Parts: sequence; C-alpha cells; structure tokens
Amino acid sequence: MSQEKTENKYLVKIEHERLSFFTPVGEVKALNDVSFTMKDGEVLGIVGESGSGKSVTAYSLMGLTAYPGKLIGGSLDFNGHHINDMTEAEFRQIRGNEISIIFQDPMTSLNPVYTVGNQIEEVIRLHTDKNKAEARERAKELLTLVGINEPEKRLKQYPHELSGGMRQRVMIAIALACEPKLLIADEPTTALDVTIQAQILELMMELRDKLGMAIIMITHDLGIVASMCEKIAVMYAGRIVEYGTTDDIFYNPKHEYTKGLIKSIPRLDAKDHERLVPIEGTPVDMLNPPAGCPFAPRCDNCMKICLREMPPVTYFSDVHYTQCWLNQKAEFEAAAAGKEGADE
Amino acid sequence: MAKYLLKRVLLAIVTIWAVATITFCLMNMVPGGPFLSEKAISPAATAALEAKYGLDKPFGERYVTYLKDACHGDFGLSLKQRGRTVMSIISAKFPVSARVGGIAVIVSLLLGVPLGVLTAFKRGTAIDSTFSVIATLGIAVPSFVICTVLMYFFGVKLGWLPTLGLTSAKHYIMPVFALAAYPTSYIMRLMRSSMLDVLGQDYMRTARAKGLSQKVSLFKHALRNAILPVITYLGPMIAYTLVGSFIVEKIFTIPGLGGEFIKAINGRDYTMIMGTTIFLAVFMVIMLLVVDIVYTIVDPRIKLK
Repeated sequence: MSQEKTENKYLVKIEHERLSFFTPVGEVKALNDVSFTMKDGEVLGIVGESGSGKSVTAYSLMGLTAYPGKLIGGSLDFNGHHINDMTEAEFRQIRGNEISIIFQDPMTSLNPVYTVGNQIEEVIRLHTDKNKAEARERAKELLTLVGINEPEKRLKQYPHELSGGMRQRVMIAIALACEPKLLIADEPTTALDVTIQAQILELMMELRDKLGMAIIMITHDLGIVASMCEKIAVMYAGRIVEYGTTDDIFYNPKHEYTKGLIKSIPRLDAKDHERLVPIEGTPVDMLNPPAGCPFAPRCDNCMKICLREMPPVTYFSDVHYTQCWLNQKAEFEAAAAGKEGADE
Repeated sequence: MAKYLLKRVLLAIVTIWAVATITFCLMNMVPGGPFLSEKAISPAATAALEAKYGLDKPFGERYVTYLKDACHGDFGLSLKQRGRTVMSIISAKFPVSARVGGIAVIVSLLLGVPLGVLTAFKRGTAIDSTFSVIATLGIAVPSFVICTVLMYFFGVKLGWLPTLGLTSAKHYIMPVFALAAYPTSYIMRLMRSSMLDVLGQDYMRTARAKGLSQKVSLFKHALRNAILPVITYLGPMIAYTLVGSFIVEKIFTIPGLGGEFIKAINGRDYTMIMGTTIFLAVFMVIMLLVVDIVYTIVDPRIKLK
C-alpha cells in the first residue's frame, strides 16, 4: 500500500467510470462517466429505474461485473486498493472480507443444500484463521447480532426451513461476518413484505451504528433512501444525473428526472382525487443512446440543445450537482445570443 | 421414512409380480418351444421332455406353479443347459458382467461428471464444442461399431490389447470403454445442462461475493445442486450396465449374463427367460429405491413421505 493511498481520505473513490456489456448485438453502454466518493461509515443511496446502472456500479467495485461486461475507462479506488488493476485472486481477498453484499432475493441467494451454519462459517474460515469451533462460535454470535433467536438451532437448519425475513438476516450475517468496511445492499427489501422490510432496514441501520461500516443502498424505493441515507445519487441511463445530500435531493431537486421521481411518490396527505404523477415514456435504449441528454425524450421541459448535446455538470454546493441543461439556461441563452449575433 | 420404505417395498412386490406375469404370458404366446431343433425328435421323446419339465400342463396351472415356486426362491431348472438351475447360472455369470459393468459405471462417472462441469464452465469455447461433438458421437454410435473399431485398431492393427476373454487387467480395457461410451456421454450432457442452470442461480453469485475460489464454488456449491439429474439417470443405468450387454459380451467373448438373456430367448428356455427378467426387475426396483434415498441425502429439501 503506497503512502499516497493510506492518506486517501475516501473509502470509495470512483472517477469517470465507463463500463460496457459487449453483447452479440452490440455494445451496451451500461455506465457512462460515473463518479462519486464515499467516506468511512457513510450511507449512500443509489436510486434509479431498472437498467440505469445502479447495481452495475456497485458490483464493479467487487469485480463482480457479469460477463460480457467490461470496465473500459475511469479509475476506481476502494480502501487503498486500485480496483482497475486487481486480479481475480486479489478480488477474492477483499470480497466477503472488506466489502460485502446483500442481494435482493433472500429466497434464492442462499444455497439450498447446505445448512445456514455451513454457509456462515464458510466465509469466516475463508478470511480468518479461526478453526471450526471458533467459526461456529462466531456464527452463533452473528445470528444473535442480526436478531435471530435460538441461533444454535438455526445454524443446523437449511435455508428452506427459514422465512424470507429470517433468510435475509442470515444473508446480512454472512455479509457482516468479517466486519467489512463497505456493505452493498442491492435492493435488500424488495422481495420482502412491508413489515419485514422495516425490520430489516432498522437492523441494517442499527448494525451500521454498532460496526461503523459504510453502506451503499441500491433501491428504487425513495422512502428507504429518505430515511436511511446521508447522500443520494440519482442514476439514469448509466449516469449520475443528480447527486447531493438527502435534503438537497428531496427539498431542492434540480434535475427533471429527480423531480419526476419525487412527484411519483404516493403521499399520505394527498387530496381525495389527486392522482400519482408518472414519468411518461420508456427508458432509453442503451444500445443506441441518444446524442444529447438521455432523459430529454421524456422530459417535459426539453429544449433543442438537450437532444443534441450532453449537458455539463452544474454545481450548487460542494456536494450537490446535476447534469441538466435547464440549470445552464442562463449561460446557454447568453451563449446562444452571442452565437446568433456572430452569425448576423 | 420407515413408512415410506414399507410402502415402496410393497409397491416393488406388485411391480415384480406384474413383470413376471407379463413376461410369462408373452413368452407363451411366442411360437416354438425349447425342444424344437433341426434334427427331428420323436413325438414320444418330446412328450416325455415336456412332461418332465411340466410343459404338458395347461397354461394357468403352469403359471400358478411357477409363481408358487418363485416365491420360495426356486426358479427351476434351465431347459437348455441340462442339469443346471437358473439360480446357479445367474450366480455364476452375473459377477462377470457386474465386474466389467461396475468398472464401466465408475469410469463413466469419473469422466462424465468432471467433463460436464468443465464444458458448462467453459461454455461456448473450443473445449466445449470439442467435447460436445465427442459426446454426441458417444451417444449416437452404436456399441457394436465402437467394439469393432476398437478391436480393429487396438487389437488387430496395433496389437496392444487382447480381443478375447477376461483373463487379465488388459482384457478389461476395451469392453469397459465400449460399455462406458454411452453413459459417459450421457452423463456429460446431463451434467453440462444442469450445471449451466445452476451457474446462473443467485446462490452462485453469493458464493463469488463471499470471495470463494472458482474451484470451491464450482465443486462445493454448484456440483451438489447440479448432480440430481445424474443420480436419477444413474439408478437404471447401473442396473442395466451391471447385468451386462449382450453385444459387448458377444463381441469380446465375455462369459457374462448379458449373453444369457438372448440365448434364453432364442432357445425358448422358459425358466431362464423368467429368471433373468425377474432378476433385472428386482435389481431395477432396488436401484430406483436407492436413487430416492440418495436424493434425500443430496438435497435436504426432498423428503420421503
């Protein structure tokens, strides 16, 4: 580990990440210029619709990009490791150890033919020198930590003997077994019913306070990010279209897509006949992304330039930024006027 | 579990009875008889022989007598191999077939399973396509062709391997290869397709996310889930392979049970036909039960009720 890297104040630093899937029908540009940073213990929410690149971003940090995906640009750093140069063997050292993940569907994420104990102990024994008995002891401790009663009995049970919420707790136990610096939660509650959802989220926040790991929360549920996250990245078509603190995003959204998302949240205090406002249109075709802003075809306030050119980044504060021409309108109009003047 | 086993044993008895009855009826419907030959035998001699073996009695009576004796473990005398009981022939010939067949089963498992895993893991590569061609050949080419080709090259042209009998370890190589070709190819293909299915499962992603090596995630996490179809196939396959193949035994002149099946049918050796058929049926029923029990060990979600 070089001096420079130990002094790095960021746990995660992604700069201009580009990632594409080279499919038989062509290059699917899943990530286009994604940048963000995270500090120790920070909770970042990544929201966006299916296919916007939320999961791909997080998976690429673990080297878990699915075939035929390939990192084609940018630089990724995590906890002193330069992800770009890491080999599969090096990734194996940090996976499940410094960086862990909880998947969406606990029903299928555990191997059905091994006991819960086996699957928890496996990761402990892989990354620590603990022997079998110590690993079992630690597994028991972990199950207690994630709020599973009768841990002794549960360790001997198979996943199909546990409920969905229980299984997700087991997944969390596996993820936290080696006290990771970063926990990626990929829609951890989507497959659970609402009461269990709340319990799992509460548990995650409790564990973060206890263990101090950073969390990347991937979700399309804005309610979850509002209650859990400090920062939010809104993704659309493989780009972070808006990034800011939770307050920035919810009270001062700058991108039309973010505004649309917030408008589409059901509200308890809604008037009787008030309808939810959907975002019209369909997500972009990532095989042939448009030249300009990818959201332009669905944007209510779309301008001519939006269809032609990708907007630059506009900063509102140290953290809050967006990529939208509307926020450049003043300068843009001035520039356009100048250009017209020159033409005449 | 005990209740399930009892149920299965009772069902097995019914199955074996049905097999015996159907075989008995079919056998008697086929024209000809054990004592017909090119050389004419006097009617008196034929009648005497038939009386000796009880073939002069009406069909119903013979059937009842046969079942009664069979229940006591008496399968009668062979009609063609004078002086030998059916049981003594089976117990002399079965070990020979079982030894060759047993080695073939082990070989096909040891080759088929790892190759299936490998081709699934390397899907779409040259390795995958090469083995897929080999597997297709192994399934499509009949064993007599494999036997003759092997014999011609390794036995006649190169002179490396003996072509007759089973007197040394070397003698086993060609028959085992010929017997194992089909099951190996079949297991490889079964393993490949179920492995491909398993590799796409979420728990395989979990295994990778834990930092497990490819080897551990393939052989610990994937294999046990993917092997179920192979176990299903293995039950009947073991039964068939162990009782011997007529073709392979004939070509390599192996004194096994496989040849006895065909000899018995051709010679209308009624007691021998019944004996070998019931033997295979019992073997098959046992193997199917073993498969069910192995299932519950491999996959804890399966419960026998």
